[in-house]
Amino acid sequence: MASLVGSRVERKEDTRFLQGKGRYTADINIANQTYAVFVRSPHARAKIKSVDTSKALKSSGVVGVLTGKEIAEDKIGGLIAGWAIRSEDGSEMKVPANPPLAKDVANFVGEPIAVVFAETLDEAKEGAEKVKVDYKVLKAVVDPADAMKSEAIHDGVDKNLCYDWLLGDRKAVDEAFSKADKIIKVDLINNRLVPNAMEPRACVVDYNIASEEITLYTTSQNPHLSRLVMSAFGNVAPENKLRVVAPDVGGGFGSKINVYNEEIVCSWASKKIERPIKWVAERTESFLTDTHGRDHITHAELAVTNDGKFLGFKNETIANLGAYARVFGTVTPTYLFGPCATGVYIIPAAYSNVKAVYTNTAPVDAYRGAGRPEATYTIERLVEKAAMELGMDKTEIRMKNFPTQFPFKQTLVHTVDSGDYVAGLEKAKQMADYAGFEARKKQSEANGKLRGIGVSSYFEACGIAPSAAVMSLGCGVGLWESAEVRFNPTGQISVFTGAHSHGQSHDTTFAQIAADELGVPMENIDVVHGDTDKGTFGMGTYGSRSLTVGGIAIVNACKKIVEKGKRVAAKMLEVNLDEVEFKNGEFVAIKSNKKKTIGEVAFACYLPGQRDEMKSPIPEGDEPGLIESSFFDPANFSFPAGSHICEVEIDPDTGNVKVEKYTAVDDFGRIVNPMIVEGQVHGGIAQGIGQALHENTQYDETGQLMTASYMDYTMPRADNFPEFNLGFTCTHATSNPLGVKGCGEAGAIASPPTVMNAVIDALGGQEISMPATAEKVWEACKAMKKSNAKAA
Amino acid sequence: MKSFNYHAPKDVKDASKLASSSSAFLAGGMTTIPSMKLGLASYKDVIDIKNIKKLSGIKVSGKSVTIGATTKHAEVAASKDVKKAIPALAKLAGNIGDAQVRNRGTIGGSISNNDPSACYPSACMALNAIIHTNKRSIDAEKFFTGMFDTALKSGELVEAVEFQIPEKADYQKHPNPASRYAIIGVFVAKHKKDVNVAVTGAKSCVYIDKDLSKKLSSNFSSSAIDGTEVKSSGMNSDMHASAEYRANLVSLYTKKAVEAC
Repeated sequence: MASLVGSRVERKEDTRFLQGKGRYTADINIANQTYAVFVRSPHARAKIKSVDTSKALKSSGVVGVLTGKEIAEDKIGGLIAGWAIRSEDGSEMKVPANPPLAKDVANFVGEPIAVVFAETLDEAKEGAEKVKVDYKVLKAVVDPADAMKSEAIHDGVDKNLCYDWLLGDRKAVDEAFSKADKIIKVDLINNRLVPNAMEPRACVVDYNIASEEITLYTTSQNPHLSRLVMSAFGNVAPENKLRVVAPDVGGGFGSKINVYNEEIVCSWASKKIERPIKWVAERTESFLTDTHGRDHITHAELAVTNDGKFLGFKNETIANLGAYARVFGTVTPTYLFGPCATGVYIIPAAYSNVKAVYTNTAPVDAYRGAGRPEATYTIERLVEKAAMELGMDKTEIRMKNFPTQFPFKQTLVHTVDSGDYVAGLEKAKQMADYAGFEARKKQSEANGKLRGIGVSSYFEACGIAPSAAVMSLGCGVGLWESAEVRFNPTGQISVFTGAHSHGQSHDTTFAQIAADELGVPMENIDVVHGDTDKGTFGMGTYGSRSLTVGGIAIVNACKKIVEKGKRVAAKMLEVNLDEVEFKNGEFVAIKSNKKKTIGEVAFACYLPGQRDEMKSPIPEGDEPGLIESSFFDPANFSFPAGSHICEVEIDPDTGNVKVEKYTAVDDFGRIVNPMIVEGQVHGGIAQGIGQALHENTQYDETGQLMTASYMDYTMPRADNFPEFNLGFTCTHATSNPLGVKGCGEAGAIASPPTVMNAVIDALGGQEISMPATAEKVWEACKAMKKSNAKAA
Repeated sequence: MKSFNYHAPKDVKDASKLASSSSAFLAGGMTTIPSMKLGLASYKDVIDIKNIKKLSGIKVSGKSVTIGATTKHAEVAASKDVKKAIPALAKLAGNIGDAQVRNRGTIGGSISNNDPSACYPSACMALNAIIHTNKRSIDAEKFFTGMFDTALKSGELVEAVEFQIPEKADYQKHPNPASRYAIIGVFVAKHKKDVNVAVTGAKSCVYIDKDLSKKLSSNFSSSAIDGTEVKSSGMNSDMHASAEYRANLVSLYTKKAVEAC
């Protein structure tokens, strides 16, 4: 039987998604449900003097109104930061309380203050309008650059500083810099992004009065983790009385990792009002309250020799956490950022210093790539600038500093198990026709256009991952993954996973690997996920971890199935265990060539008794049934890497930037389904081009989000992209038995610097910040014309 | 959305009778419905005029193209008659919003709403359009009175827009990258005697750039307006584009339009 791993199997999910048969949270309705509408702060920072619910309670159809007072009285816990990060001086990070309903102070526009439940959505909206909140508006802290100089927005958080973190060795860096021929410097802004999952957040809660069990249907990337957090920290219900179901989820990009206010409030309230509750975010609520991404201000320097060798790297960053520290909020700008900031290069000395500050804006958390896009943007802007200042070719300077020996002990934290960075860049150059660029540039110039080429090489640490490592870095939980494989008596197989698919095609990929392990057609396999009542446990999907952690748990559980199958088959075939071989779904007695299919063996496992001549097939010491589970905790992160090359053409009259060519060569180790992986890369590149050229989150000075709808927030669209030219180099990972590496975030990590390097190249080296919108580029073109005229 | 009475009259008279100070006519609903959903507008009565047959359709005579108020952008864009008589008008309609908008949005709705960055008002101005309502006929230049404001009175309903067929015309738009409304849009029309350069998106209301129109009237070539400075004073300045950038685009896209004619 041909291996399914490696083949472009069509997605099992497509049938339901393309026919509109997906079942999302908002599609779920429970008899007798009420509708929830949240009363949200219209101010970025305000004291809540009083909340008057009396008129709302009398409003037509209103079933109940709850506020921060009641939730505090019931001792329901708040939202949490999942990672404890220490400052350079050893002190613990400062984390303010984040109650599900703000009681005393509101800290960003959209923060929930109260909730109204009513028989219809319209009645709930009317009721919400009648909740009277008396605010004392305070001066908001909005700009992260000013946060440390501004009044503290949280009690006990001096200078609005969560932590002042250091990774690396300042002294060694100073020494390296003193030996440099040249210091390359950049000042960068990594622009804040709104995740914009296609499906807005939603939850439906059903409280069973008889069993006292709460069932929460929600838009989560990690239902098991949500249950754990809501139970352990939220005090909503004991874990065994809380079932969390994340059915089809339409995109997350990190914004659906967190347990949000609305889920905690509705779960708690359902028990209180003894009615089911449904809440679906409107798009504006998503803009205002989904966790945002990025938002760094960085000054970075690279010490180089005249012949282009890198000696040292440093970066000083202010990371905006927004109003509160959430699950991955504190680790994203530290351990997900700093270790990757030295990129794919041998740099003997390095440090990253990050000051994370609170502001009166939406909380910032993991967003596709989480920390690694910021890291890659920092180093790759520096490297490109170094090439420009040293008069070297962009690719030559990179090759010169690539490691060629693996495992590669990277400067700050990671030991990269495998890779071939030179081969990746060579292949990208060839696919992009790098050599032909000058001719294309001339052609563009003849048409009155400017043309630029940009390169970036990246590696990233994903597949989070080794519990020992992440817990030592401050993670509050272990990040293993579990799987259970149930071989049913009639031959169908259910594969339960703790990973969660919200666009990653697990139904297909996981079925491919299980089918290969068990030697059965993948049609026989159902992948089951997203329900804490189904399967064992799991930490969910983010950080490109599903395949490298969750997929391996499936492989291991399948191997246990085969091992047990062998013991049973040996008894059935009446041979010794070491005389049985498993191949293509059959247990074969090597000497006699007698066979039992895995289906026959599975069936026999459920018939342990004796009848007529049939003897029990279950060997002594074994139990009946054929169900196995596995918890996998890898020894290392996975380290995808690659090189991307982009060409842009700029119309100097309008400033319009057109992405003309985009080439990506990535190393994701062994690829299970190339079609799905290409889809992941396409999506990531699209998001990265969005960050580089289009997406522009803007708060005004009072903390109002100016870009809170698609009228003002530019999402990239299909006509913003060329055909992406994708290639792969596949050096297998050594940290897992499949040799796979994560692929979900790479596109979004590599593309922003690639595009910006191309734009800046076209602009003759003029710095420009993301997003490079038409007007900004037009201004730069005018400046360029002026300086060219002067030079002439 | 607040609840309201929905009416679907079969003729203009009934529609007009239903109108009051707390009513709205509904055609494609591309602005009205989102405004209602966001709570920015609420009405006691919503009068859906899509069932009034005579309000939809395209008629072409030797001198003019008349488009019924509820004719959809997609219909104008695809109309062979419009493409033949005033190709620039079909092109304009074909680039409004996206496919979903074009399949619902109507010309009557667009001009009655008079969004400062809508495309159609510029065509009306440049093509000396006459706006036929159930009460009277209004010249385009008198119809668009200010931001989201028109000469329409309460109960008055646009029935059709009659465009004068020019010798040549073109529409050029610099779309807002988020909404795809016009950051600026320039409609240039060369008539027998003179040239109109109508600009949308740049100011609070569509207008004719008299200076550019005059120069092009005496010499219809892009070189005629070389070096003509378009002043940024009075132009919109927002997070999407500064007044200076808009002024640059007006002069640039006027040239592009002339060259495309």
